[in-house]
Amino acid sequence: MLDGVLTGSVYALMATGLTLIFGVMNIINVAQGILVILGAYLSYTLNVHLGIDPFVGLIITIPTLFVVGVVVERLFMARLKGPERTSMSILVTYAISLVIEGSLNMIYSINDVQIQTWYVNRSFLIFGIYLPYIYLFGFILAVALLASLYVMLYRTRFGASIRASLADQVAAALVGINVKRVSTICFGLGVAVTAAGGMVYGATNAFNASTSYDLISRLLTIIVLGGMGSLGGALLAAILMVTLGDVVAVVWSPIWSSPTFFFVLIIVLSLRPQGLFGKQSARVA
Amino acid sequence: MGELRGRITLGENMKRNGRFFRALGVTSVAVASMALMVTTSGASSSTIAKGKPVTIGISLSLSGDFSSDGLAFDQGYKLWAAAVNKHGGLLGHQVKLDIVSDASSPTQVITNYQKLISLDHVNLTFGPFSSLLSLPAAKTVARYGYAMIEGAGGAPSVFQAGLTNLFDVSMPVKDSLVPFAKWIVALPKSKRPTTAAYVTTNDAFTEPQIPVAKKIMLAGGIKTKYYSVFPAETTDYTPIADAVAAAKAQVVVLGSVDVPTVSAFMQAFEQAHYNPKVFIATGGPDQGSQFSSVVGVKNANGMMVPNAWYGKATTPGSQAMVAAYVKKYGGTAATVSADVAEAYSVGQVTAEAIKATKSFDNAKIIAYLHSKTAKLSTVQGNVKFDKLGENNDATAFTFQWQGSNFVQVNPTSNAASKPVLFPKPVWGS
Repeated sequence: MLDGVLTGSVYALMATGLTLIFGVMNIINVAQGILVILGAYLSYTLNVHLGIDPFVGLIITIPTLFVVGVVVERLFMARLKGPERTSMSILVTYAISLVIEGSLNMIYSINDVQIQTWYVNRSFLIFGIYLPYIYLFGFILAVALLASLYVMLYRTRFGASIRASLADQVAAALVGINVKRVSTICFGLGVAVTAAGGMVYGATNAFNASTSYDLISRLLTIIVLGGMGSLGGALLAAILMVTLGDVVAVVWSPIWSSPTFFFVLIIVLSLRPQGLFGKQSARVA
Repeated sequence: MGELRGRITLGENMKRNGRFFRALGVTSVAVASMALMVTTSGASSSTIAKGKPVTIGISLSLSGDFSSDGLAFDQGYKLWAAAVNKHGGLLGHQVKLDIVSDASSPTQVITNYQKLISLDHVNLTFGPFSSLLSLPAAKTVARYGYAMIEGAGGAPSVFQAGLTNLFDVSMPVKDSLVPFAKWIVALPKSKRPTTAAYVTTNDAFTEPQIPVAKKIMLAGGIKTKYYSVFPAETTDYTPIADAVAAAKAQVVVLGSVDVPTVSAFMQAFEQAHYNPKVFIATGGPDQGSQFSSVVGVKNANGMMVPNAWYGKATTPGSQAMVAAYVKKYGGTAATVSADVAEAYSVGQVTAEAIKATKSFDNAKIIAYLHSKTAKLSTVQGNVKFDKLGENNDATAFTFQWQGSNFVQVNPTSNAASKPVLFPKPVWGS
């Protein structure tokens, strides 16, 4: 149960980028999975070749992936116009994910790797259970970054611009908000959080570029359940997905872990097609 | 008029039926013609023009779940081709490999072999990686009369299909854990573990191995504390590994196909401060440096895995292959994956069949491999196929990581076997 909450928070961090991008830009970024793996490889490289602790390395990897996001948005996303924009975004971001996957395979080969530091395999005893350091540190990081995103969205002028853009882009532009700039920065932020999610994922799992396919299916499921564009929904859905899966695996059988979750997903979507916290107009919860 | 428009007269009906049957007839002829074209264009050419290479079509998992194994197979096939070409090729023809990626997909593998045979007109086909892909691949190439010689498709379900064109040069998987289980029950009573946990992914390669080992160990008085099957698409192994750790069994038998699965269980066990006396995984620890670099050399210490080959094997040609591998890809003998030898063996068996039949004719190759006179030798040892293509001459071994070395430890009666590191050292030592 505790594992579910701790791991779920990291998935929430990865899904947050996806839901933020959709919320502001109506873009479904299926490259989010490979960007998480790119973040994992960056942390791995800094750790193995320069001896930089993965958490310290975030000082480098988060801005790097922010720049990657900004470049991708300027080169590809900003050019998508018209009513088919959302569906076209799936094709474009899928193409981007294939290019990144191929590049990672060329650079790192398809052999699995895993980030190794002193706290990756260690744990400490608390209330009779062993709590792995990496899950605790990952949880703290996820909460800190999600809180920062929340503060930025609801306590800053820029956050107000974002919320105005997602409520109505035309109206936002009319009151002087540079919607294009907001979109670019949001895409950059959505990609930047994958650096943190990828680092924790890379420390808890062996991975290669192909791992991204498992990840993106999970991330899309999270934002569908939580409600497309909802940060709070992403957090709740991620924790629900991992916790429910873990409990079913232990109490019943691992075989029924995924079917049970998807059964719950179908029930929720049949009652609330927009997801737990999804809204028609203002999508950020 | 409105009524008339709505009616269909008998004459119109007959016309419509006539058109329908004509269309059906034309379609049938077209489909039959296409099928004939596919069959004839797909049929292998048994004669190759002088100076032209013999082409071998292969589908490999160069991405997806089996990508690590796919890469090792790619290396093994290429090493074999290079060795053969260095010595003049096959019947004077240089070997050219036509390798395409199936992304670990059982549907893509079918498309790939259809393309390789129908469009690329390859002369021969080699198998993909894993039982999951080998069976659909073998069924596909069988329609074109091709032999499917493979090195990683030894699950019972593969042979139960009753295909006569399929040949697995490696060990049948169901017996893989037998030497290990026999070693456990043969331990002196004072040292023998008394409890075991079995956990496996629902994969055609892993699942058949577990009941065989469990039966032997139960008969030897080793109680089962935990038994579970988890889906192959599982990504979060922590709750399952925690449940195994909570059972506190002295032996853990893990049915795994890849490094990430074993790595996840090892990590969770260490985090739970659970160190079984014996930990064997059906796949993963045999991946050489791919395994030790992910889990760390110290954590690898004591980990066991069943297989038919290892980097220091002294079977004929084995060390030459290892030397060629190290020269081309780096590393040491201990870091060469057993997959490399499995792929290399496929090439060796094919070469021997071609040499014996003096032909690239798939029908002749199939007949020869089924014959009792076929004498086949590979880097994995001798090969003798039964009527279903299982290698009955294969010997199962158990290997163990001891420090940075990967050594053979079972069967204990084998002269090359080293003493087992028992109990397994604590994690990280």
